[in-house]
Amino acid sequence: MIPPSFGYSAPRTLPEALQLMVQHGDAAKILAGGHSLLPMMKLRFAEPGHLIDINRIPELKGIREENGLIKIGAMTTENELIDSVLLQQKVPLLPEAARLIADPQVRNRGTIGGDIAHGDPGNDHPAISIALDATFILTGPRGQRNVAAANFFLGTYMTDMQSDEILTSIHVKPFSTNKTGSAYCKLKRKTGDFATAGAAVVLEISAGVVSLARIALTNVAPTALNAKAAAAALVGKPLTDASIKAAVDAAMAICDPAEDLRGDIEYKTAMAGEMTKRAIRLAASRCK
Amino acid sequence: MSKQIVTMTINGKKVEKAVEPRTLLIHFLREEMVLTGAHIGCETSHCGACTVDVDGKSIKSCTHLAVQCDGSEVLTVEGLADKGVLHAVQEAFYQEHGLQCGFCTPGMLVRAYRFLQDTPDPTEEQIRMGMAGNLCRCTGYQNIVKAVQSAAKKLKAQTKESVAA
Amino acid sequence: MNAPLKDRQAALQGMGESRLRKEDARFIQGKGNYVDDIKMPGMLFMDIVRAPVAHARIKKINKEAALAIPGVHAVLTADDLKPLKLHWMPTLAGDVQAVLADEKVHFQMQEVAIVIADDRYIAADAVEAVVVEYDELPAVIDPFKALEQDAPILREDLAGKTEGAHGKRYHHNHIFTWDSGDKEKADAAFSAAQVTVEQKMFYQRVHPCPLETCGCVASFDPIRGELTTYITSQAPHVVRTVVSMLSGIPESKVRIISPDIGGGFGNKVGIYPGYVCAIVASIVLGRPVKWIEDRIENLSSTAFARDYHMTGELAATNEGKITGLRVNVIADHGAFDSCADPTKFPAGMFHIVSGSYDIPAAYCRVDGVYTNKAPGGVAYRCSFRVTEAVYLIERMVDVLAQKLNIDKAEIRRKNFIRKEQFPYTSAFGFEYDSGDYHTALDKVLNAVDYKGLRKEQAATRANPNSPTLMGIGLVSFTEVVGAGPSKICDILGVGMFDSCEIRVHPTGSAIARMGTITQGQGHQTTYAQIIATELGLPSEVIQVEEGDTSTAPYGLGTYGSRSTPVAGAAIALASRKIHAKAKKIAAHLLEVSENDLEWEIDRFKLKGDDSKFKTMKDIAWAAYHQPPAGMEPGLEAVHYYDPPNFTYPFGIYLCVVDIDKATGETKVRRFYALDDCGTRINPMIIDGQIHGGLTEGYAVAMGQQLTFDAQGNIQGNTLMDYFLPTAVETPKWETDFTVTPSPHHPLGAKGVAESPHVGSIPTFTSAVVDAFAHLGVTHMNMPHNAYRVWQQLQASGVTS
Repeated sequence: MIPPSFGYSAPRTLPEALQLMVQHGDAAKILAGGHSLLPMMKLRFAEPGHLIDINRIPELKGIREENGLIKIGAMTTENELIDSVLLQQKVPLLPEAARLIADPQVRNRGTIGGDIAHGDPGNDHPAISIALDATFILTGPRGQRNVAAANFFLGTYMTDMQSDEILTSIHVKPFSTNKTGSAYCKLKRKTGDFATAGAAVVLEISAGVVSLARIALTNVAPTALNAKAAAAALVGKPLTDASIKAAVDAAMAICDPAEDLRGDIEYKTAMAGEMTKRAIRLAASRCK
Repeated sequence: MSKQIVTMTINGKKVEKAVEPRTLLIHFLREEMVLTGAHIGCETSHCGACTVDVDGKSIKSCTHLAVQCDGSEVLTVEGLADKGVLHAVQEAFYQEHGLQCGFCTPGMLVRAYRFLQDTPDPTEEQIRMGMAGNLCRCTGYQNIVKAVQSAAKKLKAQTKESVAA
Repeated sequence: MNAPLKDRQAALQGMGESRLRKEDARFIQGKGNYVDDIKMPGMLFMDIVRAPVAHARIKKINKEAALAIPGVHAVLTADDLKPLKLHWMPTLAGDVQAVLADEKVHFQMQEVAIVIADDRYIAADAVEAVVVEYDELPAVIDPFKALEQDAPILREDLAGKTEGAHGKRYHHNHIFTWDSGDKEKADAAFSAAQVTVEQKMFYQRVHPCPLETCGCVASFDPIRGELTTYITSQAPHVVRTVVSMLSGIPESKVRIISPDIGGGFGNKVGIYPGYVCAIVASIVLGRPVKWIEDRIENLSSTAFARDYHMTGELAATNEGKITGLRVNVIADHGAFDSCADPTKFPAGMFHIVSGSYDIPAAYCRVDGVYTNKAPGGVAYRCSFRVTEAVYLIERMVDVLAQKLNIDKAEIRRKNFIRKEQFPYTSAFGFEYDSGDYHTALDKVLNAVDYKGLRKEQAATRANPNSPTLMGIGLVSFTEVVGAGPSKICDILGVGMFDSCEIRVHPTGSAIARMGTITQGQGHQTTYAQIIATELGLPSEVIQVEEGDTSTAPYGLGTYGSRSTPVAGAAIALASRKIHAKAKKIAAHLLEVSENDLEWEIDRFKLKGDDSKFKTMKDIAWAAYHQPPAGMEPGLEAVHYYDPPNFTYPFGIYLCVVDIDKATGETKVRRFYALDDCGTRINPMIIDGQIHGGLTEGYAVAMGQQLTFDAQGNIQGNTLMDYFLPTAVETPKWETDFTVTPSPHHPLGAKGVAESPHVGSIPTFTSAVVDAFAHLGVTHMNMPHNAYRVWQQLQASGVTS
């Protein structure tokens, strides 16, 4: 398994990267962590003429709190998400979910931005971003624009990102520590596998009543799913077995998984329901 | 495609070479540098036999380009021993029978080395999680876990000694 | 000089000691020498163009674009090999296999052409540039469909041949019928039975998947006419013989070297087209040629294991005493019959299928069938087809227990061959050497508190709110290993003996060479321990070398747990030849009669007088310096050991699982493995082998399977899908042992490394099925992954 020949640039600044993208046009591919792209190239499913390695651009890295937002550089690795004290305190869903992705070595390379921009429904950050109501900052020759996570994923390997744009940052609102709870439940066959089904849940419970709910699903449709009806089934009432069941049913109703070695449509749909149930319960237990 | 010059420090030695951009780090190490410790097991970043340390982080060198290492510090299994004295993880894998065919061992050792730098006092669960990027077909991991536990102990004792000194 | 006996004993690091491994020093420092580590001046790299479809006629192969790439030296196809008569090769099973697809493709990923280039990068580009045009044919994936009257003819090269290597072929896709036992007697037992049970089961196609793939470096020296090949082979001497037969190069000019091998598990027994092609390329180009498979090629084209569709039947009394066994198997061998079994046994030792039980009447039949899948059928960490056999009988005993509502421990106890019945001849004619099954079973049941577990299970079943189902698996297996007696076991006519040559040097160190080859088993450590104990020389100074056909004596290699039973015996007997000569020298030196001498750890001494002795080290010097008059100088011996019988290791395994009612995930809570491998040479290594074998068994039972779609496309052939558990998924193992030595083996040793694989797989199934037993489930096919277990939960109406 050897990739075909390609050219390579490692720009040091974002403008330089954008300029290279214009210069190489359709032949160019962005190299982030490389753990999706390089295997595809080694299998010769992808044969880009030029790789633009954005690992050396400092402004794409780092996690900081600014103007009431947590801003995560797109080139932040999974292990950096796990280790971030800021995230552990303010957006604990991200470190928790990152621990369920791939393995330690791959988490040293794999980035949150790469995971999102690839548009693979098997990736975990799309659903997590939707559950977090994250905003993606895209930068291109026409400047910067913000896209809500819920509007970003259009199909398998298809996103709202244009071919000359780079995902530069992910913005997330910090949790209200006294009432927000979250969980990511992922069923997988083994370490390093994509989810058979996964569910990300963010809940707020005020005075015993669910005041906010967001639920998103991994790998049970051509894109990550924003399970709006499932979330709606929980809001405005106390969390009960009945409301959870309604949410689970609503989540399963929108599943459209592809059959593969992980399971058939029925199993994956059922597991999306089960993961949703578990994530709701776990998130609720974390609302304080 | 034209070659590019890369400069990196491998096991403390500075090297400069012209490589094709597509040259994978594992091939660069094995073919160009004749450091054949790290192996190729799966080529899809699942098995970890190719694990090396780049700038203080474990990575899978089958899914990493040599050009990406320009300016980097690379550590391979060949660099673990210090002037002929085995590193604690090497000694522990030997003492605890943490290897059989030896094919996964270089990747395991380099990973265990970094894991214990990051997690000096690990629980068994942390060890199993921390070593989960490295597959072994021979040992069933039980003695690998024991070896990492024993290396952790030894390293802690060494740290205490050096602090005391 | 007269150190305490205990210290002298300890200094030897001989048999029974958990001696640390001699081979580790190089592996922990990255200085192993595996095939892909070998570089030779002028070496080229070979890569293979493979078929994207499972069944097709090749219309045209366009080489031009590939040949135009700078650095490409050659592109060869079957047509290029034809003049050399190397486009087909014989298989170890008496069939032929296309080296490169000859006009027709028989399975997806079959070798179609080779490219040879300066390096692997250019070779990969060239593979992509070779354009092959195919006319697709309907693929036959299901072996039962392959046997239908109007099924497509897969092997046109065999058209009209009604006789195969193993007798009559009754259909164009049929390979052989092989049977064993007494059919009439078995049928009579069933007619007379109070109870009968029948169970169909499918043992899925899996792959041994060692971490190192297969490969070789072939180097032909056109001036000397000599061929040297470094190869990932578990049987280098057999490779030399076959290469010589194929190429016409005298065996004396063929040197096959198995260097360090990154795991074999049966995958590296066979002789693959890639090896042959690399050798041909080296001969044609006059330069060394390296070929290394990638993982997808390994899982897709080099030998798979199992793929047995089995039906078992037991006849029994109402009390659960088994009176008869019948087994019928359809064996999917893929496109070519390239199983690596002893030649006379196309289904290997499958007739060990009566297991640990005293069954008076038994019959089994296996029919081999061609399909459009990769060839193989190797022994994946087991003796030939023993895993399949043990799986079947252990499942059947559980099924019978369920039908009669007898506890699975109890029904085993009732049917075990009793200690006093050994040596015991089974209904299939195997003579079991030794065993004590009852003692082993009791030890395990006590260790795990079996009654307590059953109580807990009853409570779990009674609790509707339990999120899990609890299952207890129990297996009592007997293996047949150490092939084998050459009167019945041979490969291509070469008897399955093995060998050892020992040379003791003047200063008391020694070098020993064997016909086997370690792939992680630690031969360099354990073999030296045998010699240390036999000769009284410290194992530290005993060098063990294997794998180079130019230096090692001929042997059949390492697979089927044959190293200790066969080569281990050769080592003991070669040592004893030296020992006998040493005694003569000692008598000469001490000027006494041999009869006055006794052996004590490391020396011969005068009986009853500790002060008069000669150590083996003294004797070694004397052997080169002042041998008795008329005696040849030197101290060395060779022994070729042809075992009188197989050995029969056994074990009792128990497993407790908890199944998540919602997801179907199975958690192994406890696994207790008691093994009896006879005399134990190195307990540390034995434990390591058992951990590894149990882990491989876990992988097979819980997740491994190579599947194909209707067009014959292989699925799941990367490590993304093919289940190799990590440290996170792998259960913790508890090991235990009893020691029942083999009476016919010079050391009493039986072999161990495969028992845990053979024994654990049915234990996992037994446990998973047991979780559903109260719901009337008698069998579930592997792999027991969450998805499949969930389907059973649905079928059984279990809700969370």
